Amino acid sequence: MKHRYLPMTEQDRQEMMEAVGIQSMEELFIDIPQSVRYQGTMPMSEALDEYALLRHMKELADKNANFDTHASFLGAGIYDHHIPVVINHVISRSEFYTAYTPYQPEISQGELQAIFEFQSYICELTGMKVANASMYDGATAFAEAAVLAAGATKRKKLIVSRTVHPEARQVLATSAGAWGLEVVEIDYKDGVTDQAKLAEAIDGDTAAVLVQSPNFFGAIEDLGAIEPLIHSVKGLLVVSANPLALGVLETPGKLGADIVVGDAQPLGIPASLGGPTCGFFAVAEPLMRRMPGRIVGQTVDRNGKRGFVLTLQAREQHIRREKATSNICSNQALLALCASVYLSVMGKEGMREVGELNIRKSHYAAGKLGELTGAAPAFTAPFFNEFVLKLPEGSNVSEINSKLVKEGYLGGYDLGRDYPELAGHMLVAVTEKRSKSEIDQFATVLEGCL
Amino acid sequence: MKPEQSLIFELSRPGRSAYSLPVCDVPEEEAIDSLIPAGLLRSEPVLLPEVSEVDVIRHYTALSRRNFGVDNGFYPLGSCTMKYNPKINEDVARFPGLAKIHPYQPEESIQGALELMYTLQKDLAALTGMDAVSLQPAAGAHGEWTGLMMIRAYHESRGEKRTKVIVPDSSHGTNPASAAAAGLETVTIPSNAKGMVDLEALKAAVGSDTAALMLTNPSTLGLFETQIVEIAEIVHEAGGLLYYDGANSNAIMGITRPGDMGFDVVHLNLHKTMSTPHGGGGPGAGPVGVKSILIPFLPQPTVVQNEDNSFSLNYGGPESIGRVKAFYGNFGILVRAYAYIRTYGPDGLREVSENAVLNANYMMHRLAPYFEIPYPGVCKHEFVMSGRNLKQYGVRTLDVAKRLLDFGYHPPTVYFPLTVEECMMIEPTETESKETLDGFIETMIRIVKEAQETPEIVINAPHTTEISRLDETQAARKPVLNCSCG
Repeated sequence: MKHRYLPMTEQDRQEMMEAVGIQSMEELFIDIPQSVRYQGTMPMSEALDEYALLRHMKELADKNANFDTHASFLGAGIYDHHIPVVINHVISRSEFYTAYTPYQPEISQGELQAIFEFQSYICELTGMKVANASMYDGATAFAEAAVLAAGATKRKKLIVSRTVHPEARQVLATSAGAWGLEVVEIDYKDGVTDQAKLAEAIDGDTAAVLVQSPNFFGAIEDLGAIEPLIHSVKGLLVVSANPLALGVLETPGKLGADIVVGDAQPLGIPASLGGPTCGFFAVAEPLMRRMPGRIVGQTVDRNGKRGFVLTLQAREQHIRREKATSNICSNQALLALCASVYLSVMGKEGMREVGELNIRKSHYAAGKLGELTGAAPAFTAPFFNEFVLKLPEGSNVSEINSKLVKEGYLGGYDLGRDYPELAGHMLVAVTEKRSKSEIDQFATVLEGCL
Repeated sequence: MKPEQSLIFELSRPGRSAYSLPVCDVPEEEAIDSLIPAGLLRSEPVLLPEVSEVDVIRHYTALSRRNFGVDNGFYPLGSCTMKYNPKINEDVARFPGLAKIHPYQPEESIQGALELMYTLQKDLAALTGMDAVSLQPAAGAHGEWTGLMMIRAYHESRGEKRTKVIVPDSSHGTNPASAAAAGLETVTIPSNAKGMVDLEALKAAVGSDTAALMLTNPSTLGLFETQIVEIAEIVHEAGGLLYYDGANSNAIMGITRPGDMGFDVVHLNLHKTMSTPHGGGGPGAGPVGVKSILIPFLPQPTVVQNEDNSFSLNYGGPESIGRVKAFYGNFGILVRAYAYIRTYGPDGLREVSENAVLNANYMMHRLAPYFEIPYPGVCKHEFVMSGRNLKQYGVRTLDVAKRLLDFGYHPPTVYFPLTVEECMMIEPTETESKETLDGFIETMIRIVKEAQETPEIVINAPHTTEISRLDETQAARKPVLNCSCG
């Protein structure tokens, strides 16, 4: 059977071999030593016809509980928000998804303009002056921000709050090891960074303070109070933010952040088991030429017409090689497009409204779940759409979640996985998708699982 | 001349909207600032455009029409493997059971996803001749960094301080950049006259400080390193490891495997070899395969099969380099790559590589009379040629590239590798028909004639695109990086 993606016919093959001047295909591979040639058939999964493949993939998919079959109260970095229907239509246009990085601006103005608009959106949300075209995810953006801060300040000490996403801290630890940077972790108090301990740890060797807001516990950090602590020693403030929350929360830029990063997944990007999502990276102007990744700039063509190009490329690996600001090349352009379309759809009013919905529904849920026998909210710090629920003494959150799955719910994150002192605590996320009746029923079912 | 394309911000009219949100069915008597202190709330509203849904669709449709993808036409961008992106892969990746799943769900509720990842790990290990695979890295460069971090950890575990990474002068820019990010230094060695690694230069470069040699094979010149066995011996004898940059794997599937050539680490670009779409610059996926000596250092987590045949995430031992990305890699891309492998199977993948190589050789032979081919003989999936014979007419390789736009082609990679003057690097891939290749070849011949007879047509190209050549100097000198519409 002729393979459907391979147009070469037997006649084509003969004609082409003749043009090349060879008798057999083998002659094309004479440069590969026999000793390293592979003989036989590789032990890989067998080929399936189109229908069989669809069925097989459906079978695999059906083994997974998903947001359509289960009401999700699970967040911890990946959220079940409503994804406007138009987004998939836009990113399914193959002019976007089958294109490479826009190296040829004359035939890539669409992608370049989309990135330029994405950069503009990120600047508006974060209150920063400059944003790049995207990073792999929030965690790698966080680690790159730390490396940038160390380079810009020529200091090696990074102070990171324990309220930052554990996986972002783990990625940072991997990077910091490579660059020879010291990472100091600061404990939390009532769900937010302990400012007294933070003030104590900051000194003249500190490159940056890195915090997340809303933090991993969902609580909103007091960035305004943290900012002077680090700027008084001329270090940098790095903030990891939830971009959806920035429709209602004060921008880190206005509060004095030097670098703002985060993951754009809440902005219309499918959860997809945690990837691909889209990291974003924004900086204050003095750090512009130290940014990692692609950046699109506006310019004009020979006729004075507005157009867009990849710019400030002297920072990048294909020009600077080992002296580049980062090794990043491919990024997450198609997901940045998702986020842009989301923000275009939501607009000024929609972003405020979705933010308020998240606040109201999560606060309702916190009240409701806090009433369960033996349960209580763990912290009093203000929160956005996620909060920590202390379950009755001796509760095993993972076992409870296994029971909840059977009842049609994805329960909250088991904080004991990363914070031994928070064993028996569940991190509950409530987005605009959860209805009052789902929250009420979840409370009832959860109580039954305790 | 068509008018300028509006920015989405310029379409905004107060009072329009394109969103529809779930209703608020919980009590909303309390003001928001009684739930969250006013000092934490935005002092000014977020200034995003106010447009209708029709505006959104028209805007992005207009942008898409100003963009060129593989579905629009031939895209022989060397080292990027712009093959057809199968549609079934897009469909299956959108199945709710694969797209709407959370990384922290109980493992028993994501068994299908874990099974897919486990099988893909095994398939990629078989394809590359490696003992284990991590699906974590999000892109090729990310895979390089992950691999180098493992190499570094391996040497350190043996109490050896090895800091030098050797790369040929034709290597991808990501190689030295990844080495730097892994805290290692780069040593660049020249290629010999045949475009191959110069064994004498390699012997002189290796030593007790050699951490690794990074090699793309076939190289960015499209040439297979015929002395790969000797190269591996030289590096291994010096105590270094071999890193395989898998960007050019489309040439060798089922024909030879990095593991059999002597490589210890390999990354694959699933967005090249495994047909997942490039997305206008991502997302990609850069899984890393390793030989058994490096298994303890793999990033966390990998997927394992339990005795009861269920699947789990394994967070590895104390020697793991740790985490390189949140969650489990770009799963949505892994789904597409898996569907691709299941479409072809092992024999089909071999046919893919054979056809890719024949297509490249055919083009090279037909273009040889018109351009200088610096490395004649057989090429693999791509080849390089020089446009310096056109300089006498005042025509540069960049001009040829821009002229191709007028004929509906995406140009080849130009000015890379840096070792070839006025370089063009052409990779046709296996999914292009002979007619498509012939059409491109005829166009290239026509452009050569134009360069000789009417060079200004080429020099001033493109003539038919939305926009003419852009002022890149101004863009870099006075950066305008956002619209400041807010």
